Amino acid sequence: MCAQEPKKNRIIVTVLGPDRVGIIAGVARVLAENNINILDISQTILQEFLAMIMIADMEKSRIDLSTLKERLAAKGSELGVRIDAQHEDAFRFMHRI
Amino acid sequence: MLTLAEIMETIKMVQEENLDIRTITMGISLRDCADPDLKRACRKIYDKITRLASRLVAVGEEISREYGIPIVHKRISVTPISLIAECSRQEDYVEYALTLDAAAAAVGVNFIGGFSALVHKGFTGGDRILITSIPAALAGTGRVCASVNVATTRAGINMDAVYLMGRVIKETAARTAEQGGLGCAKLVVFSNVPEDNPFMAGAFHGIGEPECTINVGVSGPGVVKNAVARVGNADFGTLAETVKKTAFKITRMGELVGRLAAERLGVPFGIVDLSLAPTPAVGDSVAEILEAMGLERCGTHGTTAALALLNDAVKKGGAMASSYVGGLSGAFIPVSEDAGMIRAVEGGALSLDKLEAMTCVCSVGLDMIAVPGDTSAETIAAIIADEVAIGVINNKTTAVRIIPAPGKKVGDNVTFGGLLGEAPVMAVHPFSADNFVRRGGRIPAPIQSLTN
Repeated sequence: MCAQEPKKNRIIVTVLGPDRVGIIAGVARVLAENNINILDISQTILQEFLAMIMIADMEKSRIDLSTLKERLAAKGSELGVRIDAQHEDAFRFMHRI
Repeated sequence: MLTLAEIMETIKMVQEENLDIRTITMGISLRDCADPDLKRACRKIYDKITRLASRLVAVGEEISREYGIPIVHKRISVTPISLIAECSRQEDYVEYALTLDAAAAAVGVNFIGGFSALVHKGFTGGDRILITSIPAALAGTGRVCASVNVATTRAGINMDAVYLMGRVIKETAARTAEQGGLGCAKLVVFSNVPEDNPFMAGAFHGIGEPECTINVGVSGPGVVKNAVARVGNADFGTLAETVKKTAFKITRMGELVGRLAAERLGVPFGIVDLSLAPTPAVGDSVAEILEAMGLERCGTHGTTAALALLNDAVKKGGAMASSYVGGLSGAFIPVSEDAGMIRAVEGGALSLDKLEAMTCVCSVGLDMIAVPGDTSAETIAAIIADEVAIGVINNKTTAVRIIPAPGKKVGDNVTFGGLLGEAPVMAVHPFSADNFVRRGGRIPAPIQSLTN
């Protein structure tokens, strides 16, 4: 249950939008600048849209999730894609008993 | 490890299908706020609400940001005011409503429920004062919601209260005539009312509840509709299974948010209400789920069966997802708040009679229904009597939230704005029930042992 382990700092970063050069590099740079470690990346092209998902660890980061979301959103509007970050629990809780 | 498909599914539910946590409702007991001195009682109420709920909105927003799930409303429910106000010996309880309104404004919630009385078996002095204060209380406040429980399966139907509520609804409409009778949208008449319902306007903090608690209402008609559409022409077993699995996932989200909110606010977690509650937004409609099942228009033959399947499957999925399911739990079918229902009424597919039949198999009753402004108090009371009889006989909750829209007639529209939406005015039967309603007294409780 989430209530017992709320301090797990794994987040899921999602990128949705038209594919172009430099999206992964851009997202990775924001994460690296904030000392967030990327654990896994998977991506797929749905029609001509890029759907990328990163699992990352915020444990050593000094910023909080809302600040990160703002920075990712800013990078997203620069790259013309939608970038979002959510706590892992939002996904885990829905699909795993 | 989570799969790509699962992550995409969650994102799709939130971003495209309007999955949301509809409400986090903090229930607050005001039992220790009763005081013979009106000013002192109101001061205690204001202080207690603003103290306990001071961080409610901030915590809701914080969780919403962190987890990426919209939390639409943060609200408060309190102990029925009739119980608290009774010892202050006032001639009306409007001052209490003003206090609740001010406290709600101070903490930033848009509704506070609990200007309520439970009179299923009879009235105390305080109950009567509360009920007769409702029109002035709702006209004089913006955030206060009122409810009155007039019947239970155990006590039968208090027909004096039913008739009184018919008159109170008329007066409330008259006092809020400039806003289309908006006051009536904040007033619910119940049978078998649940004590932990987080959804307005019927929310209050029941007397069996703890000092303070967090209840959560989840909703995602759009998610269910898309799931139903995806199974195409599959048989009913598959259809029910699909709704069940979807309801499970939606409810899990509610459980997560409820527990987080309770933990961060330092109060116990109460229940998840796993209702499908529509909004006026496109793609967020319960009627559209029924239509996706194969009905040309909600309200046509087959609608009751479709709603029964939907309601039951939602409960089954939700019950597995959370151990503390409560409130009303099931499908809400308010007319004004559901684009598909509005379309069905305007197209002549859905009448008041069919709606009443549908309420036999779903969570709530006749909800957010506008009727002509010249509908008599007796006719409204008779509509209430029919609806609570369904609840009493079938051992379930039913409710009536009806708006005799001042100056409007069948075919007109009345607009409330925001989540309350707009309602086409529906026809009522022209024949009188006056002599029936005016009898007075109580309809006895039904026999319980010979259910069939």
